[in-house]
Amino acid sequence: MTPADAPRFEAPWHAELFAMTVHLNKQGAFSWSDWTAALGESLARARAASGAPLDGGDDYYLAWLDALETLLEQAGTAPGAERRAMRAAWREAYLATPHGAPVTLGASGRDGG
Amino acid sequence: MPHDHHDHDAPHALLPPDPALRVRALETILTRKGLIDPAAVDAIIDTYARDIGPQNGAAVVARAWTDPGFLGALRQDASAAIAVMGFGGRQGEHVVAVENTPTVHNVVVCTLCSCYPWPLLGIPPAWYKSDAYRARTVREPRRVLAEFGLVLPEETRIRVWDSTAEIRYLVIPMRPAGTEGLSADELARWVTRDAMIGTGLPVRPSA
Repeated sequence: MTPADAPRFEAPWHAELFAMTVHLNKQGAFSWSDWTAALGESLARARAASGAPLDGGDDYYLAWLDALETLLEQAGTAPGAERRAMRAAWREAYLATPHGAPVTLGASGRDGG
Repeated sequence: MPHDHHDHDAPHALLPPDPALRVRALETILTRKGLIDPAAVDAIIDTYARDIGPQNGAAVVARAWTDPGFLGALRQDASAAIAVMGFGGRQGEHVVAVENTPTVHNVVVCTLCSCYPWPLLGIPPAWYKSDAYRARTVREPRRVLAEFGLVLPEETRIRVWDSTAEIRYLVIPMRPAGTEGLSADELARWVTRDAMIGTGLPVRPSA
């Protein structure tokens, strides 16, 4: 195996997103054909929006993320308002955590004394 | 309560990019609802980082080159033959092995999204997922292959296989000349990822 053959997750969130999707499919949250159809549509939307060809890196996983959010939105399991609130909570947690310390959700709320 | 000024002035943890926060948010929501098990998600990441990659496909190709019985089984039902080697498909999709011959060269693409034989090749490279590869391979395969450095004789026919959610293709390249004495393990080292996608040929290992 040459270095060019090495598995390619260019960012940790690519790996997390990929694994979460595979796991959700195994758990029966959606069929794989539903998934590929959603991803195909999302890629087409992303290309139309950017007006330029996708390079298959970050832009590809962004389209993947949009597709997964859309499927979960349709299933009612992760509605948009809930996702936005949780994203904001994580953002706050990162900003409130000293560098080097593990980031946990709710850390920002504990500093209220 | 007085603030601890040392901590207060310390730089906070590096804020991940927005998509990473969206992924984290999804993970938290789904975990709290009992829809995913974070340990299972981590296990999938570990498996893909450690155990799954083109070495699996290379073992299949090398065995096909050296074991006529296995080659027969692969031609008949590749999914079953590969499952016997422990590389089961994970979404129930079928694997079809397509063999290169002196007159036919096979190349694999997914025009819809990025269907790929993960259990055999791992995570696809960025170029496989790019619009350029996905669109142009069907239209002008000979030119695309030439850009990979693979210039095929004019008389070689190129067959392009478009993967789907149900069918994944594995290219079985031709066994290189001069490898007659080698074992399957030694031969596997010649088989690159690109050779199994069809954008390359087997390469003599460097060490």
